[in-house]
Amino acid sequence: MKKIICAAILMIGFILNSTAQTTKKTVAKAPVSPSIVNGKLVYTKYCMVCHQIDGGGVMGLNPPLSKTEYVLGDQKRLINIVLKGFNTEIEIDGDTYANPMPGLGHLTDQQVADVLSFVRNSFGNKASVITPAQVKVVRASK
Amino acid sequence: MRKNTIIPIFIACLLFIGTLFSFMNKYANEITPFKADADNAGLKLPDGFGANKIADNLGRARHIITTKDGSIYIKLMRLVNGKGILFLQDNDKDGKYETQLAFGDYLGTGITIKKGYLYASSDKEIFRYKLDDAEKVIDPLKPEKIITGLIAGKQHQTKSIVLDNDDNVYVNIGSPSNSCQEMDRGLESKGRAGCPILDSAGGIWQFKADKLNQTYVDGVKYATGLRNVMGLDWNTQNNTLYVMQHGRDNLSSSWPKLYTDKQSAELPAEVMYMLKKGDNAGWPYTYYDPFLNKKILAPEYGGDGKKEGSKEFIDPIVAFPAHMAPNGLLFYTGNMFPERYKNGAFVAFHGSWNRAPEKQAGYFVVFVPFKDGKPAGKWEVFADGFSGVNEVIVPKEAQHRPCGLAQGSDGSLFVTDDVKGAVYRIGYTKK
Ligand code: HEC
Repeated sequence: MKKIICAAILMIGFILNSTAQTTKKTVAKAPVSPSIVNGKLVYTKYCMVCHQIDGGGVMGLNPPLSKTEYVLGDQKRLINIVLKGFNTEIEIDGDTYANPMPGLGHLTDQQVADVLSFVRNSFGNKASVITPAQVKVVRASK
Repeated sequence: MRKNTIIPIFIACLLFIGTLFSFMNKYANEITPFKADADNAGLKLPDGFGANKIADNLGRARHIITTKDGSIYIKLMRLVNGKGILFLQDNDKDGKYETQLAFGDYLGTGITIKKGYLYASSDKEIFRYKLDDAEKVIDPLKPEKIITGLIAGKQHQTKSIVLDNDDNVYVNIGSPSNSCQEMDRGLESKGRAGCPILDSAGGIWQFKADKLNQTYVDGVKYATGLRNVMGLDWNTQNNTLYVMQHGRDNLSSSWPKLYTDKQSAELPAEVMYMLKKGDNAGWPYTYYDPFLNKKILAPEYGGDGKKEGSKEFIDPIVAFPAHMAPNGLLFYTGNMFPERYKNGAFVAFHGSWNRAPEKQAGYFVVFVPFKDGKPAGKWEVFADGFSGVNEVIVPKEAQHRPCGLAQGSDGSLFVTDDVKGAVYRIGYTKK
């Protein structure tokens, strides 16, 4: 008798659990902005070599892109980092980074918007997307 | 009843303390006899070798040097409580070292001992401290500044140092650039004509060990065309300087029409040079391709991945896989390891980052057999497992990364890690 009750409880637990999982899956499947999808391709081609697959950067050389004030903060500054490059003594989590970041101004407004939208929604980040129109304005105002 | 037990316990304590003291005395002026940890400190080693983690969590431990009585000095790349040099000893001889003293209010990488002085570098200066008979620093607060005003860019800023037997110091001055481009690491950015960086960096400079406040004008540009050197050693067998260069990065991100990401992950070789005064190793004009076994003209200077570089530049004597970041070089002169290790070279590879999206490489210490100052066989992995993971996809995963090497007075090998600041001691245990 006890065994049957136990099995029943396990079964119920299992069913509840699997339904919970299916609901989670549907949440994750919520439509991702195409900009973020394309941004991943731009990231892989132009950023990953330095900032790495997980956006974790390289100790002492290239900074991480997860939850930094540069990624989540002032959007104009962020767009300019990609367009013009970046070579200052920034400090993130008490570490500094020796390498320079070259300007990637050859990327189109769309590519810059895509890659930044991807970065702002990956590696633990959650922030608004960047639009090509925003990039266009920043590029023009140099 | 009580009294009856107190006296024997008291006597037992005295006996214990007594034996402890006599044991400590026996080795007081000697290095602790080597004893491996049960798990060899997590390292994979050749048969007959063992490892012992002698210290941990020291900070960004870079280069290391040992004294004749087995004490060690370590240079830190970030200050810990405002100090950049650690002095460690193992007074109770239990195999674990304790920090006895922290001094030097500057960060850096280079540290070495020669003829009664400890030499240590910041990124712009070299200092020295007089040592007593036990090779302890006499006055940690008053070093002599022997070299000053060296260029330290944001990248390749560290200064590695070594001395010869004739009172000269050799200092690496790394180029603050990847390949002397107009826009460093930029897309298809050309190389600067006659790379002006080479005037004051991108080479090894020679200074006097015993002269104060020397600047560039007092030094000699001993060898040039070296992008960045971290591991260097003076070979006392043939009185010659050997260096490990950190090869260039970003071939495909700067030159996507000429190199695939895979080629970029595997080019160029990390190389060892044997240097004579006046040598030019060719950076930024050439790099070494380990598949073609040739010096290749850099794309920044008109190369296409195939055109050969100029013959005026010297050839490397050993080529290793790309981007593994050689941070330490040591010629082994000890007697503890088997005969074939004698006079051979150990190289500590810090591990790569510029292989993404391919998986990373390095994160180990290799051995190159040598005979009469020349490599006498293929290089082999000597100590692996520092990273604590099977393969490193992103550098952050590596729990430890080898950096500095030193030889103990008994012939054991010390290796620092600059992620957490572990120090490993590797010994030969087979009888
Ligand atoms: C050649 C290596 C390299 C490449 C390629 C590169 N970066 Fe960077 N990036 C760096 C370095 C190094 C810094 C820090 C520079 C400094 O210290 O001033 C940096 C800084 C940043 C920052 C600000 C600091 C932070 O961590 O939040 C952002 C954002 C950023 N990069 C995004 C990107 C994006 C997006 C791309 C691709 C479009 C890219 N980077 C390509 C090396 C690189």
